[in-house]
Amino acid sequence: MSDTANNDERIKEISSLRQFFMRPELGGMVGTVAVFTFFLLFAFDSGMFNSQGVLNWSIVSAQFMIIAVGACLLMIAGEFDLSVGSMIGFAGMMIAVFGVVLNWPIWIAILITFVICLALGALNGFIVIRTGLPSFIVTLAFLFILRGFTIYIPQTIERKTIIGGIRDAAEGDWLAPIFGGKIFGGVFQWLGDAGIIATFERGTRAGQPVVDGIPMLIVWAIILIIFGHVLLTRTRFGNWIFASGGDAEAARNSGVPVNRVKILMFMFTAFCACVFATCQVMEFGSAGADRGLLKEFEAIIAVVIGGALLTGGYGSVIGAALGALIFGVVQQGLFFAGVESSLFRVFLGVILLGAVILNTYIRRMITGER
Amino acid sequence: MNSRTEHAPIIQMKDIEKHFGAVIALAGVSLEVYPGECHCLLGDNGAGKSTFIKTMSGVHKPTKGEIIFEGKPMNFDNPRDAMDAGIATVHQHLAMIPLMSVSRNFFMGNEPTKKIAGVPFFDREFADRITMEQMRKMGINLRGPDQAVGTLSGGERQTVAISRAVYFGAKVLILDEPTSALGVRQTSNVLATVDKVRKQGVAVVFITHNVRHALAVGDRFTVLNRGQTLGTAQRGQITPDELQDMMAGGQELAQLDDALGGTV
Ligand SMILES: Nc1ncnc2c1ncn2[C@@H]1O[C@H](COP(=O)(O)OP(=O)(O)OP(=O)(O)O)[C@@H](O)[C@H]1O
Ligand SMILES: [Mg+2]
Repeated sequence: MSDTANNDERIKEISSLRQFFMRPELGGMVGTVAVFTFFLLFAFDSGMFNSQGVLNWSIVSAQFMIIAVGACLLMIAGEFDLSVGSMIGFAGMMIAVFGVVLNWPIWIAILITFVICLALGALNGFIVIRTGLPSFIVTLAFLFILRGFTIYIPQTIERKTIIGGIRDAAEGDWLAPIFGGKIFGGVFQWLGDAGIIATFERGTRAGQPVVDGIPMLIVWAIILIIFGHVLLTRTRFGNWIFASGGDAEAARNSGVPVNRVKILMFMFTAFCACVFATCQVMEFGSAGADRGLLKEFEAIIAVVIGGALLTGGYGSVIGAALGALIFGVVQQGLFFAGVESSLFRVFLGVILLGAVILNTYIRRMITGER
Repeated sequence: MNSRTEHAPIIQMKDIEKHFGAVIALAGVSLEVYPGECHCLLGDNGAGKSTFIKTMSGVHKPTKGEIIFEGKPMNFDNPRDAMDAGIATVHQHLAMIPLMSVSRNFFMGNEPTKKIAGVPFFDREFADRITMEQMRKMGINLRGPDQAVGTLSGGERQTVAISRAVYFGAKVLILDEPTSALGVRQTSNVLATVDKVRKQGVAVVFITHNVRHALAVGDRFTVLNRGQTLGTAQRGQITPDELQDMMAGGQELAQLDDALGGTV
């Protein structure tokens, strides 16, 4: 019996098709194609695919993407963060308190808020590492703690739960446009002039394109996705993320600084939540105590649709981004198609279940468990 | 005295104690390993062998005792420190991650990097190439470097762990029951590898329950029992039977031996 012949035979066992099916992004890719096909067939005339419609679901998807990237890397590192939604509300409120109530320059308000959020993320991670408790419980505590403060602080100092006036405060600020601005205005003007996208026909803005640029929110989403993907797949730190989530003990024995990796991933998740919050506050011009509600679950669902395992050690940032895209398109698509919006939740539940079952199957194929 | 003891030991463990809460896993174990020797560590289940080598490889901090590495007191804070010092370990439980590819596992914690525009990226090409090369040396042909470790057989996994340690163990190579799941060909490969790296001047600490394997490659044999050393013997100064009796704590095995008609 020759060895090489034996091995050739074995190579054929994994066909390229099977290998393709073992990619974590598979669910996300299939889902994306399915969702677009569906809405192109059934809601093409609804305005969903003109410039305004595309921008609409792109923004919603980008919001999901920003928090999904953080949740994805954290989940691959073997942990959860249920405090993301509360962190979004809290961060927004902090910017409003510093920038409007205390009247500090907005850039200072934003930077301090980022520092506070990163510190809170580190605290989350530190408690998880130190106590050895499941991150599920620790961050659930922070879900309540942060939400409580987000309601308490504006109520005690302003007697209301929404603080406005941020747009005025951000006027002329150098940092605010990085979160609330738009880019490529000229390109859109040109597209409008050329008649490729719709322009306003009447009023003061007649002749200007309806969509006058790409919001920074979308730029942030793209930057975070690229950063997360490269970090995960192309760097040594990425290998540590996989290892920490795959088996913390084995990783430690091999010299991977597991604690540092996990704490940094909690901080990165908090960073993403803070980016989300800052963009949102700049867009709305106000901070509300109920902002970000349920976002942690939406982020986790997007990540799971993207092929990550809830148990850690496996997943893909691109997959999570596709999961977020599916979310945004379906949520807005149902609206365009005039479907009752509560059905979106039904959809979420069903797709979550489907994704988890698919992932379990893929996991079995990879690890060879039966 | 053996010629090996003429030069200085690479690593000296002095009165190492390790307590886990109320459990005293090690009650003062001393041992030294010389460059170019294979030091076999033997003993019953629960004797403290794994715990002992874990203090050597930076996984555990000894509760008491001193580690002297290359003549200097050494305090390993974590496995990285030990690895950087040239000590590589194959743990009994392998330290492999099933969901990750073979080459990612091979270089876990020691990832090679390649700078692109000043940013260090994980050099996957290099990692894949070395992994395939090293595995081939051990007599295992992988389907590919990106095959998940989870799809490997137990013995193949053990081989990955061993070739990884051989590759990184520049000065000290610690093997905790590396042959327990291996087939005949792979076992002889491992024993031959131990012999080879020893001749290159690497110090090998080899834990096994198999007396024949120990005698095949060992220069000295230390037997642990309930957290203490029963003593160290030189090669040629001890017969296989004596060694086996010592490993099992003496008399009990003599009785067993009769009952089994000498099959152990
Ligand atoms: N992390 C730990 N916490 C508590 N007790 C431990 C721990 N690690 C080891 N022990 C105890 O220390 C003792 C020695 O264990 P160790 O794993 O070193 O034995 P061993 O000689 O390697 O045995 P085997 O031949 O079965 O591998 C055992 O009684 C074990 O229960
Ligand atoms: Mg052991």
